[in-house]
Amino acid sequence: MNWPSLILSLKLAVWTMVVLLPIGIVLSRQLAWRRFPAKGLVEAALALPLVLPPTVLGFYILITLGGGSPIGQFYDAVLGRSLVFSFDGLLVASVLFNLPFMVLPMRRAFESIPPEVREAAACCGMSAGRILWRIELPLAWPGILSALVLTFAHTIGEFGVVLMVGGNIPGETETIAIAIYDRVQAFDNAAAGLMSAVLLIVALAAIGITYAATSSVGRRNI
Amino acid sequence: MVAKLTVALQDDGPFRLDVQLSCATGEILALVGPSGSGKSRVLRSIAGLYRPKRGEIINGDEVWYDPAKAVNLTPQQRRVGIVFQNYALFPHLSAIKNVMEALGDRPPSERRARAGELLDLVNLGGLENRNPAELSGGQQQRVAVARALARDPNVLLLDEPFSAVDKATRQRLYRELADLRRQIRMPVVLVTHDLDEAAMLADRLCILHRGRTLQEGPPFDVMTRPATPEIARLVELKNTFEGRVLEHQAGNDRTFFGWGPYTLETTYQPNFPEGSCVTWTIPNARVIIHRPDRPSRGERENPVSGIIMEFVPLGDWTSVAIAVDGLSDSPLFMTVPTHVAHRNDLATGKRINASLLAKGIHLMPLSHEDEA
Repeated sequence: MNWPSLILSLKLAVWTMVVLLPIGIVLSRQLAWRRFPAKGLVEAALALPLVLPPTVLGFYILITLGGGSPIGQFYDAVLGRSLVFSFDGLLVASVLFNLPFMVLPMRRAFESIPPEVREAAACCGMSAGRILWRIELPLAWPGILSALVLTFAHTIGEFGVVLMVGGNIPGETETIAIAIYDRVQAFDNAAAGLMSAVLLIVALAAIGITYAATSSVGRRNI
Repeated sequence: MVAKLTVALQDDGPFRLDVQLSCATGEILALVGPSGSGKSRVLRSIAGLYRPKRGEIINGDEVWYDPAKAVNLTPQQRRVGIVFQNYALFPHLSAIKNVMEALGDRPPSERRARAGELLDLVNLGGLENRNPAELSGGQQQRVAVARALARDPNVLLLDEPFSAVDKATRQRLYRELADLRRQIRMPVVLVTHDLDEAAMLADRLCILHRGRTLQEGPPFDVMTRPATPEIARLVELKNTFEGRVLEHQAGNDRTFFGWGPYTLETTYQPNFPEGSCVTWTIPNARVIIHRPDRPSRGERENPVSGIIMEFVPLGDWTSVAIAVDGLSDSPLFMTVPTHVAHRNDLATGKRINASLLAKGIHLMPLSHEDEA
């Protein structure tokens, strides 16, 4: 069992969720309720990671963030380390790759809140922040939970982008999905099987939690 | 307190809006019009949820909206209480918490007690901890009213608040609103498409059609003395016909006009010169039946006779359509108590004599609807 890889994957998944949650809430509310120019373009760009081969996405991220790129050079100049082939680079790639998995379920959840309910909240004198906290998030939270679970599961299982952007540096960028591939290549099926079983259990638990949580909400609101 | 809400709104384009109305403190103004007439948009503009291109919304001495001066108060700043058509309760919060959310101005320690008082006011004591899904339509409406009143609003806005409940509940809620209004002091704007409801509840009525306010006044006036044939149609005055003014007699308080072969009299209405064509209308209830067993003075008043072409009992009242002799293509409608209809043996195909009460006849200019 490659514990460092599992821990790395979990760490990456948690950080991806932490970074994406506020971004997702802001973006999905805008997409759910606002009309603005180029909305279609934004939606298409957000959905792109769903259809793009992960290696292609990884390749572009590698080029954009690499040492030769302005972003990569700026990062190096400020923090003194490379963005690609590091955990930071993995996180950036993971955030980009998971955008649709976070935004789409949340958008549907926010869309399902009747506009009058938010208007009624404003007429009750509630501030925008309070409306978000007391009305929107509680009503949208099954969707938000689904988005988090999808993002988590997806990050744990991601292979192509992680390999392209992170390389395969043990302890640094070798995630559990890559480690499983590595073990299989080395004919170490026992280790690969154990790690696969752990991932299976994590995935089942995540799905189970989502279903349990959303069905209890469904009963409450009927 | 003499606060008064005055509203003037204009919008161009396919969803035109051209609205003027006002509502005094303690007054219920009913905004009446068919679906799509812009009623809800007017209400949403007052609440600050919709911004028309031009206009002005002033409450007392406070300007809420004036795009020319870049004034646009948020719904939070305007302090309006609003009851939406579907109530828009917060589905995840109990009745009392729904109301407490609107009590944000008060110290947290007072909120629960005040919310409880408000729920008692709308007769919902004991159901505080139920979620909206566990309440009936009428109960949900009461929670919405309590929530709307919680902020001590400057204006109370009701958007078809009775449309989603059954008839019996609606009757009860009417009585409750009538009771409630004695306890609150603020302008109340009620949007409805139901004329009877407006006539029952409102002090004044404002007719809205295709985004324009057409007439404003006490319900009885608007519903019996519409300014134009278009309004007559909107207030469901079926007896609307064309005629020609024959003679004015100021001394007798009489104006005579011709309707087909008949010469009819009405109260002195000198705005229409002799010889001019007019539209005239009379409410169904002002057409009275002649009783063969008991002749009355009213029989000399605009008598007409004809054949009953339609006889529709509607519970306590019966609607009768008469093909008037010499005017068979424009039926005259009257409403008689069903027991009177039976006593007089009224039925389709039978001959009937009736009088058009002169005081009930109202003259209007000819229809201009084609120009609108």
